[in-house]
Order: sequence, then structure tokens, then C-alpha cells
Amino acid sequence: MAQQDLVNSDLILIQGSSMAEAHPVGFRFVVQARERGATVIHVDPRFSRTSAMSDIWAPIRAGSDLIFLGALIRHVIETGRCFRDYVVHYTNASMLLREDFRDTEDLDGLFSGWDPATRRYDPATWQYAGGRDPSLEDPRCVFQVLRRHFARYTPELVERSCGIKKDLFLRIADALCANSGPERTSAICYAVGWTQHTKGVQVIRAAAILQLLLGNVGRPGGGILALRGHASIQGSTDIPTLYNILPGYMPMPGPEDATLADYLRRHTWPAGGFAELPAYLVSYLKATYGEAATPANDFGFGYLPRIVRDHSHLCFFTEMADGKVEGLFVMGQNPAVSGQHARLERKALARLKWLVVRDLVEIETATFWRDSPEVARGELDPASIDTEVFLFPAAGHAEKAGTFTNTQRLLQWREKAVDPPGDARSEAWFVIQLGRRLKAMAQESDDPRDAPLRALAWDWPVGQDSPAEEEMTAVLKEVNGRDLTTGKLLPGYGALRDDGSTSSGCWIYCGVFPEEGQNLAAGREARGPYGHGWGFAWPEDRRILYNRASARPDGRPWSERKRLVWWDESERRWTGLDQPDFVATKPPDYAPPPGARGLAALPGDAPFVMRPDGLGWIFVPSGLVDGPLPAHYEAIESVVRNPLYVHAATNPAVNRFERADNPLAAPLDPRFPYVLTTYRLTEHHTAGGMSRYLPWLAELQPTFFCELSPELAAELGIAHGGWVTVVTLRAAVEARALITRRMRPLTIDGRTVHQVAMPFHWGHAGLVTGDVANDLIPLLGEPNVTIHESKALVCTLWPGRRPEGKAFLELLERLGRGEAK
Amino acid sequence: MSLHDLFRRWPLMRQILDGGDGTGPEAESAGTRALRARILDPGVRVARSICPYCGVGCGQLIFVKNEKITAIEGDPASPISGGCLCPKGAASHQLLTHAGRLTQILYRAPRATTWQPLALERAMDMVAERVWASRSRTFVRHDPAGRPIGHTTAIAHLGGATLDNEENYLIKKLFSAGLGMVCVSNQARV
Repeated sequence: MAQQDLVNSDLILIQGSSMAEAHPVGFRFVVQARERGATVIHVDPRFSRTSAMSDIWAPIRAGSDLIFLGALIRHVIETGRCFRDYVVHYTNASMLLREDFRDTEDLDGLFSGWDPATRRYDPATWQYAGGRDPSLEDPRCVFQVLRRHFARYTPELVERSCGIKKDLFLRIADALCANSGPERTSAICYAVGWTQHTKGVQVIRAAAILQLLLGNVGRPGGGILALRGHASIQGSTDIPTLYNILPGYMPMPGPEDATLADYLRRHTWPAGGFAELPAYLVSYLKATYGEAATPANDFGFGYLPRIVRDHSHLCFFTEMADGKVEGLFVMGQNPAVSGQHARLERKALARLKWLVVRDLVEIETATFWRDSPEVARGELDPASIDTEVFLFPAAGHAEKAGTFTNTQRLLQWREKAVDPPGDARSEAWFVIQLGRRLKAMAQESDDPRDAPLRALAWDWPVGQDSPAEEEMTAVLKEVNGRDLTTGKLLPGYGALRDDGSTSSGCWIYCGVFPEEGQNLAAGREARGPYGHGWGFAWPEDRRILYNRASARPDGRPWSERKRLVWWDESERRWTGLDQPDFVATKPPDYAPPPGARGLAALPGDAPFVMRPDGLGWIFVPSGLVDGPLPAHYEAIESVVRNPLYVHAATNPAVNRFERADNPLAAPLDPRFPYVLTTYRLTEHHTAGGMSRYLPWLAELQPTFFCELSPELAAELGIAHGGWVTVVTLRAAVEARALITRRMRPLTIDGRTVHQVAMPFHWGHAGLVTGDVANDLIPLLGEPNVTIHESKALVCTLWPGRRPEGKAFLELLERLGRGEAK
Repeated sequence: MSLHDLFRRWPLMRQILDGGDGTGPEAESAGTRALRARILDPGVRVARSICPYCGVGCGQLIFVKNEKITAIEGDPASPISGGCLCPKGAASHQLLTHAGRLTQILYRAPRATTWQPLALERAMDMVAERVWASRSRTFVRHDPAGRPIGHTTAIAHLGGATLDNEENYLIKKLFSAGLGMVCVSNQARV
């Protein structure tokens, strides 16, 4: 969804997010929707500014969102409120599954195919059996399997386990149903309150299922808006500084991909979005290795490194803690504060041979050897820390030209206003200069190991000075891509070829710079309801993905009120208020001929073009590690038992990072009776490097605090504004107590459960300092993407300040041995 | 100025003629009348930018005079932000100009307790040497089954969500496709 599209919503559900606080200016569209009569619902453990602007706030037990979403799904099905035509034509609800598929209802929390030795599923039994039942009645069809799967996710269960009264739940569920369908659409906005769980991917899946059943995806004012947190976090996954993907979400190769043909055989789809993977990958290789990429050498495919396991943040930090990492670059990130189990991460830094930090200020990551809590309490001695540290001053956003990609996939170019001060340089300058030095060293070598460096196309029009704006367009043009036979920039990814005649650094961005002098990311003339002409949304400037679904199978809009794109019979093309996310000339009644490949294999009424069957996947036969359907698992540390499953009460495929320095509280450990969640403030930004050093922002939010209810405060004898120490098995941190009715005790399974919430922005450096909230959090890795679990864990609270020095370490040792304090 | 203008400027007359209550434009002094927003000063140029904080992507106008940023305002033309900025975006000027901003390289030698300054080119050479040395020591050509993997897991990179797309592209290109680093991550995870 585009943020502006929220004004078209008839109902907006905000959950796993406090949008007014974390995306304040985007929240204007929610307010505008409300002024136009939309219902706004906020489901969150805390009453915040978002809740204050909503029609309904439902306090929820942190970690129980899947019960809530599953109950919404069940309600939609059982009350017959699915958008039937949409579900039958546009989703895989009618697909038949195999006889040997077993659900979590059959296997007490597991699906068929689980191997306890590898802790992985074999998805063979999850595959389609062949055939469909458009009546949705066959017991083996996805729709009926879904129905049985969520049968026990009742409103009564929501009351018992989420803490939301049944009547309130039904009010929300009915409002959602009433505001979905051909004439009305509902939107769901979420952020990391939904993703940062050991079942995070499945929470999003549940929302996707709900929105597919209600027919909201691809429609104006409907669908799901992922609220991403950083200026270009979307860009940093599109052009990924991530280990497991190449630009445009192509997989990184593994050792089994000996040749290009091996890789393409494994990863190319017969139909849908990645059917043209060969063109995207070869074009990427040509951008990467230039003239050194030829048909004779697989276009340099052999030069790419292979991934052999999970090489993500939590994994390499534990390897670092074990002394296996020599050097680390940190650019615009601050793991000493934002890292999970941040104590472990700070101590891991001390095992490095060298560390290069690039930032605007002296962040905690750069001074771990001097000022960290570990040094202050004598756990680390600077005189014994061998790490060489280089702290480079970085250029700020107005001092370099380039693009950010925002939360709605919109690339926006920034002009360069001034040069950075002193020796500060941009990351681009740094990496270009470093690359030149390393390439020069590789030229002196004939070791085959250095061939990729020699081959790397690294010819940038950047001198010794900070790059000029025009020079940075050279990078964006390479990302866009060229026809290598003519040298001309390419207008879209449809022009990419697999024969080495085209290059493109990132196929989904192809078209941002379609001609010399035409940087669409720099466009600043917004036209129409979706702002075309301002920036460039990938792919191909489509602002609402899957917008084919806004029209009926026959190409007419579902309703005039909710028209978005439609088939124009006289022009024989799709038209409307957005670029069609569809082959523009493919008629609604197109039936693929036998043997058709790629997009030509998808019918004219299959909107979900990135899926091999063109359908919205309610059931996911392949691609997810932990199940084809979402099931409620408790957080690894929880104060309650899973009310649905006993055998697999938590996500069985989770990486628990079993190591002595990562203790986890057993379920219902009586020493840690409170639910802890973390969140963000408007006035601070992530790990604080861009806010705690600024007088204006530091003044607005000077103090690290913990929010708790008056009831809990009274129980524990904690005074408002007084010190409170929050304790987990990993750490004890001290904060000021903010006693507020905005935190509510919940009744879960007949007993009172208290929740506490802490913002995570503070560290030991800057104008305002405080303990690091993320010291409390364990290392846990969700199985699909290794996201951590910081939104639901357990803690205890003690009035007063935490122990210092050795007393701190002794406390953790006693807790680790099972003692209570 | 004609007598008529002088007469018209008299606060009392303006009140009578325009129906004001004495607190409005009729009470304006010449000094107030001459005030201009510094963003409208002669010699000010404007760069169009985007806020560096969250994922909303608010438009920003960067006002520059004598090669110094004098103000950062919201861009009213943005269909996303309509000229608004939240407290963080509104503090962008301070983000770039506050006293704690680093302008030179700081280097900490092994076992040292303080920083020392380092020249830019020297620092770049030293970093390149360390990358080359660590990579040489730790590069793995084949996995235990003898299959080529061409990587090192002993040099890692963190960062990206606050960086430009062009920068992430250069980092991934050099670090992974060039050097064989596979431990690359950013704020999208953790």
C-alpha cells in the first residue's frame, strides 16, 4: 500500500505498531481517513498516541497476536463474510491438498513432515494434489483445511489468552467484515511489534490470509501496509546488505550451485515473477563483473561467494564472541545499543582484531573499549582489549546525493546541498576508495582467490573529493541497467536479457533512470491520487501492488467506489488510476496456451503475478520453513502455557542459540512473572546516534523509563519517577518508573498478568544516557529470516537501582543457578 | 512616501478604516514589517532532499547560504508529507550541525585507553591492509565436500538501513562479489 492510499480506507487496523509515534507524518492519512468516516482500531499492549486517535483500543497480551488474527480468520469464515468471488478466483482457496497432509490440529502443533533430528520440515506433504474445488466444500481444499486449522481460535479463546473481552473482539471482527467487500475496503498497518517474534513471519502470514479472505489486497484503501522503520530500510533489502539475497530478491548461491545452469535450474520458476530469473541474474552479473563476465565463464557466476549456513547478524556476533571473526565494518548502525543481548554483542566486539565504525558521532559501538558498562564494572579491561578501532566521520544526508527507498517502495532522490565537514565522507566515497586500493592489491596477485576482485567492474567517475551529485547518478544508472550493445539506459525490466547483452544492478529498480537526464527518483511533480511523477516506485512505478485484483475477473471494477485499474476494451489494455501491476495488454479472458512460460503462463484473471500460479496464497505449499499455515506459538519466554498446543508449544524450528551465555527462562518460571515488551518513542530514533546527541531531541525525552500500571506499582512499592530495576536472566537494567493507566493488567486464563514496556533508545554515550534495554533480551532466531524476539519476553521488577560492578555479575550468576535474587 | 500613505499607515487610522482591534497588522512596526524568513535571503539556494530518519520519507528543503546549511524545512510539494516534519525531521539541521559531530578520523591502537587522530588517506590505507590480511588468512576456497565456495566468514559488515541505495549497492558489490564476504547484515534483521 502507499501511505496516501489510507485516506481511501473504510477501516484501518493498526497492530504491532504505534503508527502515530513511529511514523507520525504518515499517520496524517489515518487521521484524514477517520475524518472521512473510517473506523480506526488500535490493538496494542500500550495505550499510546495512536490509541488516543483511534475509535477502538484493545489492550492485548504481547505475543498473542496470532490468536487474535486466527480468531478473526475463523470469524470471517464461520459468519460467511468472505468476499466469495475474490477468494474463489484470486486465491488458492480452491486448490486441493494431498491426503497425507496433516495439520497442527492433527499433530498437536506440528504439521506433517517434521524431522526432529534436523528440526526441519520436509514440505512434500504440503504440495497441491492437483485439481480444484471452486465450491470450496471439498474437505481437502485449502479453504476447508484453513477452516479446521483455525476452528479453536474462538472469541472465547481471545478473551482467555489475549486478554481482550469477547464483546470487544466481536465488535472489531464485525467492523472489519462490514468494511470489506466490493464496496468497502479495510487496511492493516503493522510494524515490528508483529515481526520481532520467533513466529514473526507467520504473524504477517495470518494478516495476509485475513486480507485475502476479505478481498482487500490490491484494492484502493485496502491490503497491508508494512511500516518500515528507517529512511531506506526498504532499499537496503531491495539492494541488500543482507547475506542471503542478491539485488531484487534473487537467492545467494550455495555450494550446490556449481554452475550458472545449476543455479538457474534450482531457482527459476516455470511461471510468474521469477520465470525470467536468468535475465535478471545475468544482467546483474554483467553489472558486477562488466567485461570480465562472458558467456564462456558463466558471466562470472563462479566469482560470487557461496553461503553455507546462516550468516546473519545474530550468528556472526556469536561467532565473533567465540573469537572467530577478525574484522567488522559498522556503517550507520549501533549494535552496542540495538543489538539483541547487547551485553554479549559489546563483549564480542572486544574479540575482534579490528573494527571500522562509520557514523556522525561517537556511538557506543565505537567506544566499547573505553566507556561500555562492561568496562565500567570491570568485566572488560581496556588494557587487555586488542581491538584496533577506526572511527570515520560520515557524511549526513544533505551532504551526499543518492536515493532512499521509503516504506511504500518509493525511490526518492536527494540533491547534495553542501560538502561534508572536515574529513567526513560518504559511505560511497569510502567504499569506492577502499575498492580501488583492494583492486590494486589484487592486480599484484595471481591467486585465483583474487580473480573476483580483478574482475569487479569498479570504474566510478569519483575523484578524491566528496562525490558531486552528477557523479552519484553513475551508480544509479548502473543499478537501472543498460543495453550493452547500444550503451543506452533501459526503460524497464522487461528489456533484460540472459545473453549478456544487458546489465542491471537490480532488476526491480530497472526503469528508475530510463533515459539520460531522466532520473525518475528525482521527479517532483506529483499527479493523481498516487503521486505519479513524484519519485519512482518499484516495480515500473506501480504504486499499489497486485492492483489487477481491484477489478473483477472480467476486467470491470468490483465497484465504482473502489475502482483502481480496469480493462479498457476499446484500447485493449488495462488502464486506471495506477500503473497496472499486470501485463498491460493481457485481456481478462486470456487463457495460457499449453507450454506457455513466464508471465504468459498466467491467465488474464490471476492478479498475484509474483506467484507461480498467479494466485494469492492462503496456504503456502513451499517457501516457508515453519509451516504452510500460521499457528499460534508462545514466545520462547512466556508467562502462560500455550492454550492450543502442548507438544509444540513454541515454534519448533527456532534457533535458540544454545550457549552458556544465552540463558533462557523456562515457561512459567515464577521468578519472572511479568511480560516485557520494547518499543520506540517519536523523539528518539533507534539506537540513539541520531537523537541522543541533539540538544533539541535530548531535551524532549531525556530519561530512560519503564512504563507500568498503577496496580503493579502498588504491588511492588514502586513510586512514579523512582528507580526501578528490570531483570531477566541476561541482565538487570535500571530506569525511571513511569506509572500510568496506559498500561493495563490483563486477565489471562483467570489470573492477572502484568505487562511492562520500555523504549530501547538509551546507551552510555551522548547528551542523555541510560542503561541499554536490549541487554535484557535473549538471542533467538525466527527460522525463516532469523529475526529476533524483542516484543514478548519475561522479566521481574524490583524497586530501586540495580547492582553495580561485581554485584551485578554475581546476581546474574545466582539467577542462572535458579535462585530468585 | 506620499502624505496619503503616511496617513494610511497611522495605526489609529488603520484601525478605523480596516476595523482592527489594535493588535493586528495595524500595530506592526517598521522593524516587524521588514522581517524576512532567512530562507528567503538573497544568495540562498535550496536543495530538495528527504528526511533521514524513519521510513515515511518526508520531503525536505535544505536552505544553503555561503555553503552552510541555514535551515531545513518540510517540502510542501511532497504528496507524502505535505510540508510536515515530526520532531526528528524538524531537528535535521541540528543533526548535521551540532557540536558533537565528528569531523576527523579517530584511531584506537590495541590496548590503548584513548583515541588519537589519523589522517584520512593513511586511515584508508590501514583499513585496506587489514582487510587484505584478514582475508588472506581466513579465505576458504572449498567446502569439506570439495565444492568451491570462495568466501570468508572472518570479516563481517553491519549497516545499510540508514544508507543510500547507491551505497548499499557499492558495499554489497565490493564486499560480497569482490572480496567474498558473506557475513553481511543490516537493521532489517535485528
